[in-house]
Amino acid sequence: MSELFDWTRIEGWIPFMVKGLSVTLLLAFLAALFGLMLGILVVLMSRHKKTKWLAATYVDIFRGTPLLLQLSIVYFALPQVLEALFFMVGFEVDVQIGGLFAAILTFSLNSGAYISEIIRSGINSVDDGELEAARALGVSKFNIFKDIIWPTAFRNTFPSLMNELITLVKESSIVSVIGIQDLMRRQQIVSSQTFMYFEPLIVVGVIYYVVIKILSKVARRIEVKLAYD
Amino acid sequence: MIEIKKVEKSFGDLQVLKEVTHIFEQGKTVVIIGASGSGKSTLLRCINRLEEIDEGSIKIEGLEVSQMRQKDLALKVGMVFQQFHLFHHMTVLENVMYALLKVKKTPKDLAKEKALEGLKNVGLSDKVHQYPKQLSGGQKQRVAIARAMVMEPKVMLFDEPTSALDPEMVNEVLKEIRKLAHTGLTNIIVTHEMGFAKEVADEVVYMDDGKIVEYGPPKSLFEKPKKKRTKEFLNHIL
Repeated sequence: MSELFDWTRIEGWIPFMVKGLSVTLLLAFLAALFGLMLGILVVLMSRHKKTKWLAATYVDIFRGTPLLLQLSIVYFALPQVLEALFFMVGFEVDVQIGGLFAAILTFSLNSGAYISEIIRSGINSVDDGELEAARALGVSKFNIFKDIIWPTAFRNTFPSLMNELITLVKESSIVSVIGIQDLMRRQQIVSSQTFMYFEPLIVVGVIYYVVIKILSKVARRIEVKLAYD
Repeated sequence: MIEIKKVEKSFGDLQVLKEVTHIFEQGKTVVIIGASGSGKSTLLRCINRLEEIDEGSIKIEGLEVSQMRQKDLALKVGMVFQQFHLFHHMTVLENVMYALLKVKKTPKDLAKEKALEGLKNVGLSDKVHQYPKQLSGGQKQRVAIARAMVMEPKVMLFDEPTSALDPEMVNEVLKEIRKLAHTGLTNIIVTHEMGFAKEVADEVVYMDDGKIVEYGPPKSLFEKPKKKRTKEFLNHIL
């Protein structure tokens, strides 16, 4: 009879699984970074009459459909659509989208939709009165943004932005369906090689848990520093 | 001198200023009274262009307000708000120094000196390193007065400066405003403090329903109002 947790059989696979962490973190951090840029862009777009509808539609679609569906469309369906479009204009090409590229693209787009909402609420949290006072003092628009809106909005949105990053670390596990060798995918590989499930799942679970614990601790530290009094 | 000519202003369907015409003379302290919604705060906010007027003209020292750059206008006109509107993430000293540094481009040492002087004038030398939320309402409003005054404006606008204060703090703020009267500064004050108006104002303006109904020296306006509506208003509040 085998043991409950067979350490000797799993031990050798641990380095293989840990390697997946770099993919998971790369994906999460890049998506958070691009998502942040996209989020800022969307907030700016939603402030102009001509681009408002585009920003609203984008946010609506990406928040209104599952991430797995978005990933599948980008990875599986987009090449087909692009091939068809190229064919219509007279080119016959074989379009392939790299898994990691598709994942970063999808996660960035998805995250951008959520982050735009976070930024919007951060900007709304700035007291209009302070903006009026600054205007009445003759402060330029740029300085009002830099010195009044940004410090307040950043402090108010920081916890939510860190939360989004943590969500991305966890949610990125779905990229295993398109074959990217992140933490989760590597567990599946180990399981199929060794016919063990409990051990590799626990190992991967512990790695996720520790990483997320570290991220939340760091976030908490920064939050405390951001509080000015 | 501020010349206001046939100014109209609407918010959506609601017309808040109806052909308002008035001259605020240089160096005078004018108190605007009237019921809520009579347009007095809006008139004040149009003078430094926190609101844009729909029709008419507002001139400060001969210059059309709508043609001026916000910065040039702000250098002439200071404002104190009902809710203080201090920058909550800056200390008292930083609040007062901020516009000196960023708008007037005053060197830091000089800005600090001026800010400390300004805070001394309003009796807050001991609070310079505190944050707004550590202050009482009266202290916040005195910081707001110092913040506007260090810019050395020609005109000061006070939008119900004591309305958000606890009663025991009203006097400390009025005391500071009183110091600014008859110093060459033009003061326009929207307030419900009738005693203060009587004592400090060179002129009292009564507004109702978006129009200036009556104006004159406080003695005659309060004691012998000519218009029926002014009488009714004064009877109602005094």
